[in-house]
Amino acid sequence: MKKFLIAALIIVLLTPIGLLASGSAWGEWGTDEIKSMVGYVPSGMKHFSDTIKAIFPGYSIPGFDKNFLQSSIGYIFSAVVGIAVIALVFFILSKIMGKSEEKNE
Amino acid sequence: MHIPDGYLSPATCAVMGAAMVPVLATATKKVNSTFDKKDIPTMAIGSAFAFTVMMFNVPIPGGTTAHAVGATLLAIALGPWGASISLTITLLIQSLFFGDGGILALGANSFNMAFLAPFAGYGVYVLLQKLNVGKVISSAVGAYIGINAAALATAIELGLQPVLFHAADGRALYFPYGLSQSIPAIMIAHLTVAGLVEAVMTGLVVYYLMRAGEGNILYKFSYRLRGESK
Repeated sequence: MKKFLIAALIIVLLTPIGLLASGSAWGEWGTDEIKSMVGYVPSGMKHFSDTIKAIFPGYSIPGFDKNFLQSSIGYIFSAVVGIAVIALVFFILSKIMGKSEEKNE
Repeated sequence: MHIPDGYLSPATCAVMGAAMVPVLATATKKVNSTFDKKDIPTMAIGSAFAFTVMMFNVPIPGGTTAHAVGATLLAIALGPWGASISLTITLLIQSLFFGDGGILALGANSFNMAFLAPFAGYGVYVLLQKLNVGKVISSAVGAYIGINAAALATAIELGLQPVLFHAADGRALYFPYGLSQSIPAIMIAHLTVAGLVEAVMTGLVVYYLMRAGEGNILYKFSYRLRGESK
């Protein structure tokens, strides 16, 4: 268990390596980027692009992404938050999903 | 590969979302009948693993990025139905909290990464083993096929938008690039770098899981690799 947690911690601390790759994924641009690429923002795209406002957009803490250190901290923080929320979701799912233990196989 | 909101027409989002309903309903049934309650946390670890793997962006020549998904690995460890639920939760959290992939596009993104990827990858993994290929190589090839199946579906969904949905003046209403641009751009990134990362990562983890002893917390993930029915 301890080894597993240490390994998980190391992986989370290494996530900022993912920030080193510059540019965004093809087809995941913001509306500004779209405008500079095709000359206009498609009207439907403009309409639906802000359907939800994420708390940590792009795995960053808003306003705390001025340099690589800040971005890295935001990225690691996002990983921790994401993993924690996933754990919570599955904690709830474990109450309603799966075979109960009484029924022996 | 995470399609943002506004890229797909509402009709496309609705069709893809509708396609995911029977997948998730069946997945829930399968998990309810095959997973013990105490094994549900393995799905959480799978989901968290995929979440973390997708944060490791890799550079693609030409100035864009891509990432591995871990879909086939999850399908091998949890079964494809369990993987489907785990990956859907991952995509839901990515969308809601981090704006990675749209919420309207969640159906499409889940179809690509939580259905096509794990099932295509798992299918290839099973097929190759029938042909007497070892588990590690089978898993790596499966992972390569799985992520590329998802990438191709993403490219097709995006590339169809300007064909199907445009204004009277010819301007696109949603995603503006057609299939002739979306397919090469997305497939080159995934047939080369991202597919390779996915294959190597999957093969290495499968290699490690096959050697995990009973005392190892990850032992639960190797039931299937050891051929037990769980």
